[in-house]
Amino acid sequence: MFFQPAIIALLFASAANVVVLVGVSPFAVAIVRHWDVHSGSERQLRLERRTYLMSALVTFVLGVQLVALLLFVFNADRMAAMFVGAMCAVGTLNVNAYGFPALIAQMAVFFAAATWLAVNHVDTQAPDYPLVRTKYVWLLVLAPLLIAAFALQWRYFLGLKADVITSCCSRLFSSQVRGLSGDLSAWPPLPAMIAFYASLGVATITAAFVAAKQRGGYALAIASLGAFVMALAGIIAFLSLYVYEQPHHHCPFCLLKAEYGYVGYWLYVPLFLATASGLAAGAVQRFATVPSLRAIVPATCGRLARVAAVGFAIVAIVATVIVLRSHLILIGHVSTGVTP
Amino acid sequence: MIELSGIRKAFNQGRENEFWALQGIDLKIPAQQVTVFYGPSGSGKTTLLTVVGCLARPTVGRVTLKGTDISGLPERFLTGIRRRTFGFIFQQFHLIRGLSALDNVMLPAYPIGGDWRVLRARAEALLDQLKLGHRRAARVEWLSGGEQQRVAIARALINDPEVVVADEPTANLDSALSKEFLGILETLAGQGRSILLTSHDPMVVESSVVQRVITLRDGRIVGDA
Amino acid sequence: MRTWIGKQKYLIDFTLSSLARRKTKTLVLLLVYTLIVFLLASVMLFTHALRQDAVHALAHAPDVTIQRMVAGRHDLIPESYLGKIRDIRGVQSSAGRLWGYYYDPQVKANYTFMVPPADGGVTVATGHAVVGAVIARELDLRIGAPMVFESYSGNIFKFTVDRILPVESELLTADLVLVSEDDFRAFFDYPLGQYTDIALSVTNPQELRNIATKVTTRLPNTRAVVRDEILRTYESIFNWREGIVLVLLFGAVLAFAILALEKASGLTADETREIGILKAIGWETGDVIRMKGWEGALISITAFLLGYIAAYVHVFRWSSALFEPVLKGWTVLYPRLELTPSVDGMQLATLFFFTVLPYTAATIVPIWRAAITDPDTVMRS
Repeated sequence: MFFQPAIIALLFASAANVVVLVGVSPFAVAIVRHWDVHSGSERQLRLERRTYLMSALVTFVLGVQLVALLLFVFNADRMAAMFVGAMCAVGTLNVNAYGFPALIAQMAVFFAAATWLAVNHVDTQAPDYPLVRTKYVWLLVLAPLLIAAFALQWRYFLGLKADVITSCCSRLFSSQVRGLSGDLSAWPPLPAMIAFYASLGVATITAAFVAAKQRGGYALAIASLGAFVMALAGIIAFLSLYVYEQPHHHCPFCLLKAEYGYVGYWLYVPLFLATASGLAAGAVQRFATVPSLRAIVPATCGRLARVAAVGFAIVAIVATVIVLRSHLILIGHVSTGVTP
Repeated sequence: MIELSGIRKAFNQGRENEFWALQGIDLKIPAQQVTVFYGPSGSGKTTLLTVVGCLARPTVGRVTLKGTDISGLPERFLTGIRRRTFGFIFQQFHLIRGLSALDNVMLPAYPIGGDWRVLRARAEALLDQLKLGHRRAARVEWLSGGEQQRVAIARALINDPEVVVADEPTANLDSALSKEFLGILETLAGQGRSILLTSHDPMVVESSVVQRVITLRDGRIVGDA
Repeated sequence: MRTWIGKQKYLIDFTLSSLARRKTKTLVLLLVYTLIVFLLASVMLFTHALRQDAVHALAHAPDVTIQRMVAGRHDLIPESYLGKIRDIRGVQSSAGRLWGYYYDPQVKANYTFMVPPADGGVTVATGHAVVGAVIARELDLRIGAPMVFESYSGNIFKFTVDRILPVESELLTADLVLVSEDDFRAFFDYPLGQYTDIALSVTNPQELRNIATKVTTRLPNTRAVVRDEILRTYESIFNWREGIVLVLLFGAVLAFAILALEKASGLTADETREIGILKAIGWETGDVIRMKGWEGALISITAFLLGYIAAYVHVFRWSSALFEPVLKGWTVLYPRLELTPSVDGMQLATLFFFTVLPYTAATIVPIWRAAITDPDTVMRS
């Protein structure tokens, strides 16, 4: 079970990330302790040179994480054929208790790396590198997160046994199940739709505002997070129904399958990019009061906000296209949420 | 224009072969002046040139350029300033083999990322001014010593710097070419640029182009005329 | 933004000329890189295509197969069992199947003799046979030609070839000989009223397991093989084998990474000199890193594309001459596979992780080390 190429690849990539970041932690510590931008001593010069390596490595990690996230979900979907009761990624992830946590950890690493790179970009625009210490402390926090992600993936993949009967998405995402997935599935479509479009609308408008005025990064971060959560909730609650043209199939992973035109990617990729940009804008905003960054932070916030606005807008548009093109009619027939 | 105060520069700091190349330099260099750093090898004149020209940061001390303190600047910003303000001509020319004269001249402007056609036109104009227009497509390793030096000069001028810096420019040239070089220097000075040279060649030191000679010994200034 | 693009264009321009100036080194690296991609991609493409074909072919297998077990081994199943199964709710149809193996000492191969199912659309007259394409090839048979076999009980049987099964179905029909029921029973001395197993088709695919359980409850000395489970097993095995081969090839990947490391870190005197010059004339560390990054990216993209295309041609045009033995399993009769070409996003991503990732990881630190050359080293040389 272990010797799937995709699993080997994922573990290898995750291990590479861990090695990379754990390997440079001592240097990060050195930077935090000894950094003095005004000194011309050889030690300072060496530290400065090291910062280039750090940026390059975190960029590497981010790139890897992006592809890994996609591969992880794709693989989970493919492997469903090997598990009894699994018909899509949900089943594969449910085989043992580490599946979903591993996925969440991957997403967390992605967002964390993106945020760090945004802060790093802002910092290096200012001649006195004002955020160095903060940055590298954050980096030291990122390292354990990567280790956690690797450990979770390791335990998950190691625990994949074909003789475990797992539950399929119809079990997990049915309105009768207790718990979050059940509640989301039981949410009636009209309120879900309103919440979905409202949160995306708020996020898009906030992003546009921030892009124009170059202020308000915090608001954007919160709006992005809200939109992210609401969008996922909305996808489970109603959007997936339109995609599958079935009033009870709520699974958020089956969207990624070929038979639905891979529409899931059109939703998730812009959503993730937009959320990452929004969060990054919030993180960058935190440093708006630093004197040397007064001109830089607004400009960067603005650029990030533009990406977020476009991303959220795409999600809303794709969702609308799905609803309009679907043969399913949900609004206009009463859904009691009770499965026969 | 350029002010140095209390400049000291060390190499291999903290190790047993620690060596202080500059041991306390205070210097003011006004604009539009032709200055020579004169002294025997090991006197620190080349190191001084690197500090003045923003190629290196001093270990101790402050460098001020047109009123701004640049000694604490990280490499990225220092490089940006250096690109705009200084043009370097190295003793060994240090042209990139395998590239044409024109490509070599355009290289320093690559990181700025401007319009390629404008850059090319400027490079061609410079080569024409230095009477190398007909050789612009030739690979630099096929050029004669004098031609290579002129390519190096053109390269130094591509970003229209206020200061031209040359390290031992006549060391590899015969008298005729040296005189030619000094002539070019005079033209550059006439354009309103500041010139900084290092040399131990009496021909340079005694030339009428040079307005100020700073003598160095063991990392300290011992003469200023 | 435009300046950024313009700057990247300059960097790429320099990278290309830089690579061109070091033709030998670049070509060697490119060759090895492409080879690695080619090897790994071939394995992946091949197993993927096999898997697809197997799944596709298995679609024709019965939903559930009921076999009678005696002392833990598969035995003949009596006709009377059919009556007991027919009325289970959810069973659409049930029929007894007749098939078995025949060892041909001339070719030293096993054939599968089978009576085609009544609803299969193929009927064979007594004294005739329909054979798979590979048998036809091995025994050099044409339509109308005779096949002579000696049965296990020592009698000689002659069959006239009516038809040869199409090449496209080779994977499953390679060793198939279809004969009539009378011929089959005569050839194998098969008792009347007994079948090899029973094939069930089921109305609701979700109920396969349930129905299988019902059958085995009613007929305790039987076992039920569900098609989905076969699929699962095949998937598992294919993946497992693919994984093993990849792991073995991983050694090659590692060697390649080392080569990359050496190439990048063992910068020739020329390369180091060049970087020093660039730093001196106004390039900063970030510019050099980005330039070298483009170098890596260009080489990676080229190697990836070339390697993948070569693998595609290798697998789908030349039938993976290099890998067949390991990946298909031991057998004497090799079907000549015309695999259906298929490209897969997940495969590409996995391939990316096995090739471009190690290369990039191996080159980051050496690139950085070269890029941080002090600008004034040029002065001091």
